[in-house]
Order: sequence, then structure tokens, then C-alpha cells
Amino acid sequence: MNTTDVSVTVNGRACSGTVEPRKTLADFLRDDLGLTGTHLACEHGVCGACTVIIDDRAVRSCLQFAVQVEGSSITTVEGLATDGELNPVQRAFMNEHGLQCGFCTPGFVVSATALLASNPDPSDQEIREGLSGNICRCTGYQGIIRAVRSAASEMRTTR
Amino acid sequence: MSTITSTGTGMSAASAAARYIGQSVTRKEDQRLLTGHGQYVDDITVPGMLHAAFLRSDIARGAITGIDLDAARALPGVVAVYTWSDFHGGFGPAWHAMLGEELQVPPPLAITDVRHVGDPIAIVIATSRYIAEDACDLIEVDIDAGQAVVEFSTAQADTDNVVHAGWGLQSNAMVAVPFTPMSPDLDQAFADAAHVVECTVRQNRYICVPMEGRGIIADYALGRDELDLVCSCQSVHETRNFFSRYLQIPESSVRVSARDVGGGFGQKMFAFREECAVVLSSKLLGRPVKWIEDRRENLIAAPHSRNEQGVVRLAIDADQIIQAITIDHVGDIGAYPACPAVMNPQLLPGPYKIPRLGFSMNMVWTNTMGKGAYRGPWMFETTAREMAIDNAARVLDIDPIELRRRNLLAETDLPFTSPGMQVFSEITPLETLEQALTMLDYDAFRAEQAAARADGRLLGLGCCVYVEPTSMSGPTLATEGATIRVEASGRVVAFLGTTSHGQSVETTMAQVVADTVGVRYEDVTVVQADTQSTPYGPGTGGSRTAVIAGGAARQAGEVVRDKIIQIAAHQMEADPADLDVANGTVSVKGTPARSMTVKEVADHAYRFADQLPVDLGPGLEATVRFKPTRFPTWSNATHLCVVEIDRDTCVPHVVRYIVSEDCGRMINPSVVEGQIFGGVVQGMGGVLLEDFVYDANGNPLTTTFMDYLLPTTTEVPEIEVGHIETESTTNPGGYKGMGEGGAIGAHAAVANAVGDALAHLGIRVTSTPLGPDDIHRLLIAVEA
Repeated sequence: MNTTDVSVTVNGRACSGTVEPRKTLADFLRDDLGLTGTHLACEHGVCGACTVIIDDRAVRSCLQFAVQVEGSSITTVEGLATDGELNPVQRAFMNEHGLQCGFCTPGFVVSATALLASNPDPSDQEIREGLSGNICRCTGYQGIIRAVRSAASEMRTTR
Repeated sequence: MSTITSTGTGMSAASAAARYIGQSVTRKEDQRLLTGHGQYVDDITVPGMLHAAFLRSDIARGAITGIDLDAARALPGVVAVYTWSDFHGGFGPAWHAMLGEELQVPPPLAITDVRHVGDPIAIVIATSRYIAEDACDLIEVDIDAGQAVVEFSTAQADTDNVVHAGWGLQSNAMVAVPFTPMSPDLDQAFADAAHVVECTVRQNRYICVPMEGRGIIADYALGRDELDLVCSCQSVHETRNFFSRYLQIPESSVRVSARDVGGGFGQKMFAFREECAVVLSSKLLGRPVKWIEDRRENLIAAPHSRNEQGVVRLAIDADQIIQAITIDHVGDIGAYPACPAVMNPQLLPGPYKIPRLGFSMNMVWTNTMGKGAYRGPWMFETTAREMAIDNAARVLDIDPIELRRRNLLAETDLPFTSPGMQVFSEITPLETLEQALTMLDYDAFRAEQAAARADGRLLGLGCCVYVEPTSMSGPTLATEGATIRVEASGRVVAFLGTTSHGQSVETTMAQVVADTVGVRYEDVTVVQADTQSTPYGPGTGGSRTAVIAGGAARQAGEVVRDKIIQIAAHQMEADPADLDVANGTVSVKGTPARSMTVKEVADHAYRFADQLPVDLGPGLEATVRFKPTRFPTWSNATHLCVVEIDRDTCVPHVVRYIVSEDCGRMINPSVVEGQIFGGVVQGMGGVLLEDFVYDANGNPLTTTFMDYLLPTTTEVPEIEVGHIETESTTNPGGYKGMGEGGAIGAHAAVANAVGDALAHLGIRVTSTPLGPDDIHRLLIAVEA
């Protein structure tokens, strides 16, 4: 099968690879770049586990081909913490028991980080709607919603 | 009975003396999982690894008349394509110790016929998953389709279409227990009853759906005859022993490990057909093979659950005391059950004073995906009883809460032996009901409901009270082992037989070990889910980690603590009775200045052990196996659910959800509440959103997350939790299991809430699911 070269910036570092056109972005991140924090749980764009940030927008990496993101800047879950220090959303998930098995968690923290970047002061309803594209089977969402509320508050006070 | 009552998240009141037990400490699992550094099976790559994909049947029942593999085998990148004939004769017995020799895992691939959609027919091994799936598309299979058996309630009577005719069977009955009265005067109780109320309760098929599907990397080393498995499972030891028998190699030649597991809920308790096929492929090839279940496979071909039905009869006297309960039960087992889990009829009377019981039990085969365990696999007893009680209250025109109050076990009734031969003590059914009603403000709710009905709104309250058998006995289940070691650095490692898949075991068991040994929580590491380093354990499931693994960790910790004190006493020339260990320091009670650290003790135990007296053996390590004093350890809870149904769209909205539960002393309240929240939302989903549907020909219709609907943030309300902590005496910590209760109680609570919202219209709700279309049908029926 034909292959295509792809060059992207991932978590601030220039990366490139040679892929089949049909390779999903998620598989490119996981298999070619070794960034296995991005998880696949439905591969049809419903569960949100594979969410990454592409040029400031939260995107499902299972519904993108790697060749579509040529030249983009991508942030994955591995890029959220700085020098080992969790970002406010990750820290709030830890404090509020926002995760159990952890499989959906990368998608949630990436989605919530993007949500709070675009809406720093969301209402509870906006938090719920903003995260309704991510599925968790363990937590009943209780700790997740508390965490996003708490992260938003912390980020506003430290701004 | 020592009971402490509290509501809301916070520190457990019972734990004032303990340093970590009772605290919602930060989870040890979180740092790696939040930063994308978890290690689930698909995150692991082994040199030379190949990838597997399955060709599965699109037909529910039929004979395989031809398979053409040539095009698939010719595809570049394909290493092998196997069907049944390649595996035939290449494996030994296929049973799990917990389930017994009788229940063999079905053949890894279909032999001559297919028995459900999703039945694996061939496995393709290729250099990438993409190529393996391409090759599946190139396989041509001819199947002569027959009439599928789909509806389970009538399957037993269907002798024309027999699911396992290929095994020589002549009926679809796997198990048929005829009606069995557990009380000699059962018939008389019904004859004497002021009211006999009967209803048929039906529970829909809904499934575990862990976010990570099943997955395995099998690496069989030819020449050494050793198997190395990395597996998304709930029990590494059971899996190791299974494949030791299956491949007829010693247990020591099989290593099974799991680093992080993305949920299980019962579905990953036992190795099944696909894992067998991958292991056999690796052995044939002498190369590592990875299979990662995709979502469609997980929905159609991973074990299913919940689909059961029963005719429930209640004999109620003039004082509204329930004198007897019976059920005629039938459960759907599907074609190939991984674990034929159905209702436990002996639990049918639940936490009530009902003195008489009778039941029949039937498990029938159908041409659908086979049954497996799902969080409280026996829970239909709760659904059946609680929905029948609401129905009876409506027929008698009395308050369903009042009917429960009159019949629930109170503290003064304990200990109580039920007609199902269950012995209850240290439980608080009536107390949890009252706590939940107070949290709701019951009288205010009924007033609000009356006003809502006057406005034409549909507002309802559902209640469910249950007992949860945790830490049960049964093959393999009664014990857990723990090895606790103080390392040379003074850090403590606990090796446990558990296989956590979201239960926070690394955290809660570290809390127990830290308090028991007397070290800091930060200095304890829990190692689990690796057969090469951990004691045997049956796996994480059945709500047994706190009680049984916690008991083992505590007792092993006590031995290690004693040894720390003995060595320190020798070094400090003190009386061991005068020493205390806390916060990683051994000190003389009352004279804290005279002390040494656990690290210094470890130095004497390892580096300078030659200087210890001969009667004080070297090392700082202990292994203990623990067994509770009796089985099961009962916990209990009451769930209240408030639902409002949108009159125009028929969409049910859960407005409030309240749980009052008693799991004994809590190790970590946030972990306890997390388990409640998750279980409740799974039950809520099962009633209102999730429904796995087959058409009349056995074709699955809900094969994506756009058809099989899971709850999201927009459907789930804030869940309110109250705790009553009645310590259990089955184990030294006073703990009770509680991991399954949320999912046990939520089904009936939510369904009864919908029922209550519609009751004044003359609608009787006794079956689920209850999505908008189901509610619309109920409304149309009464309007007509």
C-alpha cells in the first residue's frame, strides 16, 4: 500500500513518520510515536477516550487520519503536565477521586482542559454538556464533575 | 452491634484512632493514570509480536458448509489463518477452579456449526491488526442458516429448535430446578393470606461494557515450553492455572501479569474462547501474538448479562405482613456461557422478615451471546422482590414505603435465619431506609408529588432495600494471601493476590498496611497481578478485597510489626512491650526521644543480620493466608430514586438519587462512594438507556455506542450518600464488601421510580427497560 510522510508537532516536539493513508491519528500517536496515553475504547467517535487537542480544539483521534493533521500542533495527555507537575485539571481529578480504572481518564482530562481553556467559568450545566462526549463506566461521573468545577475555580483564582 | 452514622463525603467517624484507615487519602494509582503512563495490555509491545483478528459468524444458528481461506492466506503480511482443525487435539482440559470441571470453556473456534452471531470461526495472525482485519474480509464462509432460538422465556418448550442439537441435546434446558418449597406450610400461607399478589418481573439484557475491552498478549516459548501472558483480566492466578491445565505444562511454566486493567465488572473474571485461540496460535507459531478486542466484538461477543424473568407471588396478611414469597424463574444463558450466573433464589426474601419461600429455577440456552458475571450476578432476586413489593403496594393501595417498614428486619430481629437458610447479623436494613428517607425528606416529597400530579407532571419515587452477600465462600474464594516485606531501605512492599481493575486496591491496601505496620502511607507499595511474585488469589471480584485481602494484609503486617519491635528491642536494649511503631519510627512509649527508624531496623535485619541473636531470625518479611470467621460478610443498603418523566417526549430524568449504605468500617470513604456511584449509574443505565437487542433471527441490533446507549454526564444527577458503619466480626478490620451493591440496588430503585411516576394513571411497571419508547407504549396502552 502507498505511504505518505507526516510531520506534526506533538507536545511541543517536532515529530514525523511515514504512514498508510488509512492509519488513524490515534494509531499513529500510539504505534508510531509511542504515546500510548491516548486510549481507544470505541473507535467510532462516541466514547471520547482518544480525545487530543489539535490546534486548540478537542478532537477524537480515532476519527482522524494521521495524514489529515499534517503541519498541526497536537497536545496529548502526555503533554498536559509540565516537568512532572500535574496541570490543574489533572490535580483536581486526583483530589476529587475523578478516576477509578483510568482507561477513559486521558480523554476526560484532555476534554476538560480544552473546555476550561475556552470557557474558564462554566456553569455546572456547561460542564456536564462539555463532557457529555466522554464515557466513563466506573465513577458515575460524580468525582469528574467535582474535579472540573474545582479546577475551574483554581484556575480562575491563580490567573 | 457498634454503629456509627454519617452522611456525605468525609472522614469516617469510626477511624479516629487509625492514621490512614478511614481517610480519603490520595490514590497511589492516579499519578501514572492521569499523565498517560498507565500500562494497559494494548500499550505493551513485545519484540516480534504479531496481531490477531477473528472472523465471526454473522448468522445466529447454522451449519458451516464451506470455508475458503486461500485469499486470506495469500495476503502479504498474513502469517497464519487458523480454523478449528488447526487447534483440534492441541489442548487439554478447559475449566476454571471457581466454576468446576463440569463447565468447560467451549472450543476456541466453531467446529461444524455456529450458535450465535459473533461465534468465532477463524483467527488471522498478521504483522498488523489492519492486515489481519483485511484478511478476515477475504475469507469466504458458507453457512446453511437455521431457525435461531432467541426469546428465552419460551425456549425451554421449543423442542424443534435446539441450540445444542450438535451435542446431542434434545432440549434447551441447561438447568431445570422444579418448584421447591423451602417451608412446609407454604401452600397454607397462600391459602390463609388476605391478599395474594402476583406479577411477572422481567429484566432486560444489559452488559458490563468496560471501557477497555478484553485483550491479551500470549508469548509461547517453543523449546522452553513456557507461556508468558499479559492479559486484561480480573484474576491472573486463575488464568495461570487455567492455561497450565489447558497446555498441560506446570503452573511454574506459565506467567500471567496485568499492569493496569481498564474495568471488568465481572466480564473479565474468566479466560474465554478468544484467549484460548490466541494462546494456541502463539504456541503453533512460537511467536508472541496480541489480540485487542474492538468495541463491536465487546458488544456482541463478550459475555452478556441480566436477562432474566420471574413470576413472583406474595402472600400478605390483613396486617400487611408478608407471610410468603415465591418465584418461578427463567434465566437466559445464551449459547456459550462464560459463567452461567443467574439469580440466587435463596436471597429472594432479602432483608425482610418474610418467613416462607418457594422457587423454581430454569436456565435456558438460546442462540445469543452467552452469559457471564456482571456486578452482583445474582441480583435478579432484588429486582424481582422489590418490583413485586411496589406492585403489591399498588394493588393493596398502600404506601410502598410503609409496606417495607412493616416487613423489614430491625435490629431487634437479629440474628435472623431466613427461609432461604441465610443467617443475618450485623446488618441495618430498617436503619438505612430511615436514613435515606430523612435525607430525601419523605413527607415533603409526597407533598411535592401530589402538587406535581395536580399540574399533570409525572414525578415518582422508587425504593429498593437489599442485602449484599460479600466475601462469599465457594471454590477458591474463601481465602487470600499477603506477603509483606520491609525492604532494606525501610520501605514496605505488600504482595497481594488481587487483580485490581479500578477498585483502588493499591491505595486501600496500602492504608491497611501502613496503619498495621506503623509506617507512612507514602512508604508502602502494593504489588499485585503478577503470578511470579504474588500469593495465589482467585481474583478481584465478588466484593472481597477489603475483607479477605485486607485481613491477610493486616495479619501479615502484624507479624512484621512484631519482628520490627523485637529487633529494635534488642538494639535499644528495651522491653518489647514498651515499644511502639508509628510513622516509620520505633520508640519507647512515653519516652519518644529513645527511638530508631524502621530503616535502621531494616539495616539490622539485612546488612548486619550477623549481629542479631540466634533466636531472632534474619529478615523482615511475613506471608499469611487469611480466611474470614464465617461466610458471607453481609452488607446492606437502601436506594431511593426520584424520576420525572417529560410528558411530551416520555424521556425519564433522574432528579435525585440517594443511597444509605452499611459496609462496616470504611477504609477509604472516597473509594467506597466511588464504588457506589459507579454501580448506581450502571443500574440506572440498564433501566433507562442500555438494552442489548436481538431481532427474531438472532441478529444483534445494538452493536455500536450509538445504539447501545451508555449514561453520560447529562443523564446522571448528583448522587447523595449516607453511611451507617456497623462493624463486621468476620474479619479483624470490621470491614464489609460493597463493590457490587450499587448495581444490585439501582435497577429496582430506578424502575420503581418510573412505576411510581405512572402509577396514578393505572399503569403497572414490572419489566424493564424503561426508555422513552417503552414509556410511550405504556402511556398509549392506558390512553387506549
